[in-house]
Amino acid sequence: MNISLRLENIEKNYRAVKALDGVTLNFEGGKTIALLGINGAGKTTLLRIIAGLETQDKGNVFFNNNKIDGARLRQISTLVFQRTAMFNRSVYDNLAFGLKIRGKQVTEIKEEINQALHAVGLRDFEKRKAKKISGGEQQRVSLARAFLLNPKILLLDEPTANLDPNSATIIEKAIMDKAKDDRIIILATHNLGQAKRLANELVHIYEGKIIENASPQEFFNNPRSEITRKLINGELEF
Amino acid sequence: MADIIIQAFQKAFELIFSGNSEVLGTVTRSLYVTGVGTFLACLWSIPIATVIGLYSFRGKWIIKGFFSAFIGVPTVALGLLLYLLLSRQGEFGFLHLLYTVNGIAVGQSILLTPIIVSFTSNALGAADVQLRDLAKTLGASSLRTNLVIMRETVWSMALAITAAFNRGFGELGIAMIVGGNLYLETRVLTTSIALETNLGSFDVAMAYAIILMAIVLAITLAINLAERLRQEDASWKKHRLLRSYIDG
Repeated sequence: MNISLRLENIEKNYRAVKALDGVTLNFEGGKTIALLGINGAGKTTLLRIIAGLETQDKGNVFFNNNKIDGARLRQISTLVFQRTAMFNRSVYDNLAFGLKIRGKQVTEIKEEINQALHAVGLRDFEKRKAKKISGGEQQRVSLARAFLLNPKILLLDEPTANLDPNSATIIEKAIMDKAKDDRIIILATHNLGQAKRLANELVHIYEGKIIENASPQEFFNNPRSEITRKLINGELEF
Repeated sequence: MADIIIQAFQKAFELIFSGNSEVLGTVTRSLYVTGVGTFLACLWSIPIATVIGLYSFRGKWIIKGFFSAFIGVPTVALGLLLYLLLSRQGEFGFLHLLYTVNGIAVGQSILLTPIIVSFTSNALGAADVQLRDLAKTLGASSLRTNLVIMRETVWSMALAITAAFNRGFGELGIAMIVGGNLYLETRVLTTSIALETNLGSFDVAMAYAIILMAIVLAITLAINLAERLRQEDASWKKHRLLRSYIDG
């Protein structure tokens, strides 16, 4: 059975700033959704709410038609941050962290980490200090760490920002491989080409509101909103 | 002046390497007193610092301010207060801590508390917020997340404890007033320096000062070296680092 995620009238305020305003979205398993929007549009806030790291001020989140809270959302989702976050330990320890919490055995963990590192092109990186490797390598480790947990909802905040083309290609390939499973992948990106390559559905957020939600073809060829048209033509400032 | 300094270094080497039992006793007593004092201070300071550093609550800034304010408390003032409390007529006279090494240790533990609480809570509070989010998004509970933050800031905490130890090791007021500077009983390095200076034995006083500073320096360097070694990637780099420290 396909999984589903529904956001109903989500509102989130940060003091006087309305970060999200009546956001309603429906996602199904097996789909990759790209969230597009300028800086400050609300993409990261939306990802953080779905990740269970923030609580909305109004509205509800439903998973498989059941209302779900932050604690439960954290169990079924994983967020890869835009700015890489590494524990001050080895790459192995960073990757093993989530697996140990889930009670996996050492032999299982070793095997899975080997495979995950191979998938992101970082074989033999286990013993390296995570904070000493390059930014691109850290981003690949972050992705591998998220993949290892096999979350039902995989959230990616600008996964290839500031990466060289080679690293970006490796990461996009890894995301495409994961998209074959029955999970929901939500990817916030500024890269329209990436959104077109990876996503089945594109969502445009502007000033906390959803102003476009369409397939890549409709989004790029026939956008409903003038703001989306400007975004596609590069007339909106990021 | 230069002659006195040279004589002081010569005296210091003489005192250390002659195996003088009085000197060794003074050094051991100093380490014991401040070691116990630091340990006691950590017992309550680290939990307090953890609550202040990792949790939000009403009045947090007042409590933080309170501990910060007492970092620089004059040791003689604290020593006098403790003297009054620990004397026979004092509220805690029954503990018989006055003029004992344990009395000095207790006094120093009170002195060091604001230092450990302030520095440790600042280190915990300054820990990257994203690390907390990272732990949570990987499935950690609130308790585990806090433990992760503590682990990530362990070296900052070690530096805070080292700074506290050094403060205690070099303080005079509590050791003199609460300990009484009793020969072979409560005499420590700082009270020995004060005594020898009063007696006009400047070379001996300076020798004790050199020993005191050497110990403080050695402990601080050891902590810093340990932290640097931990940061290094491969074992061969650790050997190179050790080499560079030895060879200068």
